[in-house]
Amino acid sequence: MPDPSYPDDLLYHPEHDWARVDGDTATFGITWYAQDALGEVVFFDPPKVGAKASKDEAYTEIESVKAVSDVIAPLSGEITAVNDALAENPELVNDDPYGAGWLVQVRLADPSETQSLLSAEAYEAMLE
Amino acid sequence: MTTYTSVTDSDRNEMLRAIGVESIEDLFADIPAALRLNRPLALDDGLAEQEVFEELRALAARNVSTDDELSFVGAGMYDHYIPALVDSIILRSEFLTPYTPYQPEISQGGLQAMFEYQTAISELTALPVSNASVYEGPSAVAAAGYVAKLTNGRRRFVVSRAVHPHSREALGTLAHAWGMELAEAPLVDGVTDLPALDQDVSAVVVQQPNFLGAVEDLAALAEPARQAGALTICACDPLPLALLRPPGECGVDIAVGEGQTLGNRLDFGGPSFGFFAATEALMRQMPGRIAGETRDLDGKRGFVLTLQTREQHIRREKATSNICTAQALNALAGVIYLSWLGRRGIVELAELMLQRTAYARQRVSEIPGVRLHNEQPVVREFALRLDAPVDRVIARCREEGLNPGYALARDYPELKDGLLVAITERRTRADIDRLADVLANAVAGERQPAEACA
Amino acid sequence: MRVIGAADDELTIFERSSPGRRAFVAPALDVPERPLDALLPETLRRNQPPRLPEVSEPEIVRHFNRLSKRNFDLDTGFYPLGSCTMKHNPKVHERIAALPGHSKLHPLQDPRYAQGALELMWRLQEALSEIAGLPHVSLQPSAGSHGELAGVLLTRAFHEDRGERRTKVLTPDTAHGTNPATVTMAGYELVKVGTDARGNIDLDDLRDKASDDVACLMLTNPSTLGLFEPGIEEIERIVHGTGATLYYDGANLNAIMGISRPGDMGFDIVHFNLHKTFTQPHGGGGPGAGPVAVSERIEPYLPRPQVVKRPPGAGNGASGPFYDLDYDRPKSIGRLRGFQGNYGVFVRSYAYIRSLGAAGLHEASQVAVLNANYLLARLRREGVAEYLPAAYDRLCMHEFVLSGAPMKSELQIRTLDLAKRLLDHGVHPPTVYFPLIVEEALLVEPTETETKETLDHFADIVAGVLREAREDPEIARHAPYTTPVRRLDEAAAARHPVVRQPL
Repeated sequence: MPDPSYPDDLLYHPEHDWARVDGDTATFGITWYAQDALGEVVFFDPPKVGAKASKDEAYTEIESVKAVSDVIAPLSGEITAVNDALAENPELVNDDPYGAGWLVQVRLADPSETQSLLSAEAYEAMLE
Repeated sequence: MTTYTSVTDSDRNEMLRAIGVESIEDLFADIPAALRLNRPLALDDGLAEQEVFEELRALAARNVSTDDELSFVGAGMYDHYIPALVDSIILRSEFLTPYTPYQPEISQGGLQAMFEYQTAISELTALPVSNASVYEGPSAVAAAGYVAKLTNGRRRFVVSRAVHPHSREALGTLAHAWGMELAEAPLVDGVTDLPALDQDVSAVVVQQPNFLGAVEDLAALAEPARQAGALTICACDPLPLALLRPPGECGVDIAVGEGQTLGNRLDFGGPSFGFFAATEALMRQMPGRIAGETRDLDGKRGFVLTLQTREQHIRREKATSNICTAQALNALAGVIYLSWLGRRGIVELAELMLQRTAYARQRVSEIPGVRLHNEQPVVREFALRLDAPVDRVIARCREEGLNPGYALARDYPELKDGLLVAITERRTRADIDRLADVLANAVAGERQPAEACA
Repeated sequence: MRVIGAADDELTIFERSSPGRRAFVAPALDVPERPLDALLPETLRRNQPPRLPEVSEPEIVRHFNRLSKRNFDLDTGFYPLGSCTMKHNPKVHERIAALPGHSKLHPLQDPRYAQGALELMWRLQEALSEIAGLPHVSLQPSAGSHGELAGVLLTRAFHEDRGERRTKVLTPDTAHGTNPATVTMAGYELVKVGTDARGNIDLDDLRDKASDDVACLMLTNPSTLGLFEPGIEEIERIVHGTGATLYYDGANLNAIMGISRPGDMGFDIVHFNLHKTFTQPHGGGGPGAGPVAVSERIEPYLPRPQVVKRPPGAGNGASGPFYDLDYDRPKSIGRLRGFQGNYGVFVRSYAYIRSLGAAGLHEASQVAVLNANYLLARLRREGVAEYLPAAYDRLCMHEFVLSGAPMKSELQIRTLDLAKRLLDHGVHPPTVYFPLIVEEALLVEPTETETKETLDHFADIVAGVLREAREDPEIARHAPYTTPVRRLDEAAAARHPVVRQPL
């Protein structure tokens, strides 16, 4: 498992989710802290492409051996892709939470929602 | 009085001193005075072991067991022979006395037995995923209904009238709480006649062989369910599955059933076990424990409880069931029994039942005043209609030390004349001949004169 | 088939199979044989037999006996598994339960020919009723969770009968997982109630949440923290004040038999775990039984059928009372399962109650509480409290919770590591990571049937593991070493489930 890290180019939600925003689309995942707290990820229940994600609300679940967590949407939008690789290799969420362990891609409903998210610095401060 | 504690006076004093209290009563200080029971419980005084044995032996002696009479009663539990090796193994303290295997490193015996059990049930049902057991047959049907509810959220179960009445009632008890309804599929000539299914149907529930003993055409029942987007739940009798096309090959999504016939005692109705097997698609909606294979730190094969995030201790209010303690020891008896029968033996046993049942059905149907309820294929059990009051016929048979079967009237008002007869491998040809003779005499003695003439 | 490379000890019964071997021999076919096609059309038959193992009797016996040696069991060692009440399972119970009059009795036997069984059930109902302090008992539910389901369905029936539609059920945040799971399964919405700093239910939070759409409060008392709710009278007033029922989860009844009764505390519905409090052997995960006791106002809704005692003359015209199954219960919630319940379990539990009697049950609870408090004190004396303090620093009932949080931060070993290291010392670890509100929780329940020496020994072992961890935490982190297998890869098992043997 990699060392703790919180890349500067991402935006963070206090429920330990990240968003990589690119215009009106974004990629979501869970932070290093979240995957560490969860432990070894064993199952990701992918939402359906086309489903709606609402900011601050759960859009799916992620499971470790002995815990289930709701995954909270940092921003609102429509899911345009899910990370199919997690079906075979859910451990990617642990091994590479900001890269190969991404969860979904979303077409944002309201890009201005990003204003309420935290910078890496602010998120790390919150973790303290 | 018997005691299983071992605290001596000196132990007690030393222990109280270590705790730092004066008396045992002080340990209960949190219990408000008004709520203390300041009298002994109104129970009889305790007894010595041999006195307890005698008292409960005397109660046992007032029951008429299948050793005491020649019984043809089945209707959900059956008097099969249990080989001695089952008792010898399940009485071992290592199987009898542990808790659920929460620490897999010291529970490999139980976990591996669960894995072997799951494999055997998966083979019988031809469904890929079996759990490690649920309580028993009828509640397993209700548990399967809950999986259907979680899976598709529809509001109605269509339940064959030939599903065991206890299963129908157990499902109904829960369906009410889920705001769901039960619709009944009627019977035609002893088998299920499925009505048209609409988009509100969550699951079709059938039984194989059905409560009247008849073999259903499962594939023909599952196909319309599939087309309507509903699940098919089948309660199965495991021994006839040695011969019958298994539910997994008929499009059934969930096969459940009563496991008593697999090496478990009658015990006046329990404990036995329920089995629960399903398609791969339903694996994460299954109730109960599931054992899975893995490796240890040194690469050695081992077994653990797996997919635990389905369960109440982790998923809590979102769990796929509330079940915790199930029937591990009874399921162990089941896999031992199935190993004893083996691949060929289970077929030979089922064929023996099939032949003797056919013989019995033939014999009794020749009795004046007795006719078959239906002509469908049967394996171990069949339904008759008598031209005489069934209760009185049974009473006459009992005077001869023979219990001819189960009166269907309580569960099927339209079958006031119905008698359900079960033939296990414990019933020999001589027993069956005796059944035919005794039943013939009893029916003759009870036939209504008018009907006798007609 | 045979797997190459698995040690012989690890082979499954399927891997021991060899075509042509057998144990079972069918009794001779003594009736005229008819062609299979005439009895069972080919379209209804399976193409090939289920691939059960082909093994001889000696191999089956040896296989399962070897498997048994890979299990830890109560008859061999100390098993302080919190909330599970792993007390001694008396041996005479097995002898009694095996008597043919009990074990070979068909469940649909006419009650006239099952008077002994029905009387036993009736007597057990009476005894459980007295222990609970509630007048009516149904033995039907199959386990604790099944009893909970019965209890919440009874609550639903009670409210519906009065024309009330309530939608919520309250449980404390310390509850067993079965409570919230039951709430949902019974069609209610769960509302959690908090716990205060002393480990009691937070009365202010309860008052806030006890509204008139609450159907029931499910409470374990003593709680899963091993603490008796000193505010139980106030809890009762709050809950009944809203018109809701009060449900008692009997998992911890072992602390208070003959000392205090749920019915006297105001509970409407109680479930018993006969496999905990009343010595049914747990069987590695069942069977159990979960009877419910209820107050007068809940009685009409009890499951069907109910065992009743009818006056002389009601049955066979016999002179004594007649024990019967009563199906005529129009307001009943209905059946929860087949037949009359786990009778074999009733036999054992009734034998236990007859053996101990009132004085013995009272003594059992007293010693259960004495043993727990002594073990807690003994652990403190060993300096264990520095790393594993009691989560709530007060007297406990029959079990207590330690927190491994200081152990984790100061010794760098987790509760899981401690538990695994205990395996190397020949004792079963306590329950770990429950209750959820205590960080790194360790729930310890010694039970009344353990000697002082066993408790002393356990305290010494725990202290020794902590000493060892101070020197070298790596030892515990990789424990166990002496068990049939070492730590297992549970993540791999869950990622790619192998839940049956490929054949």
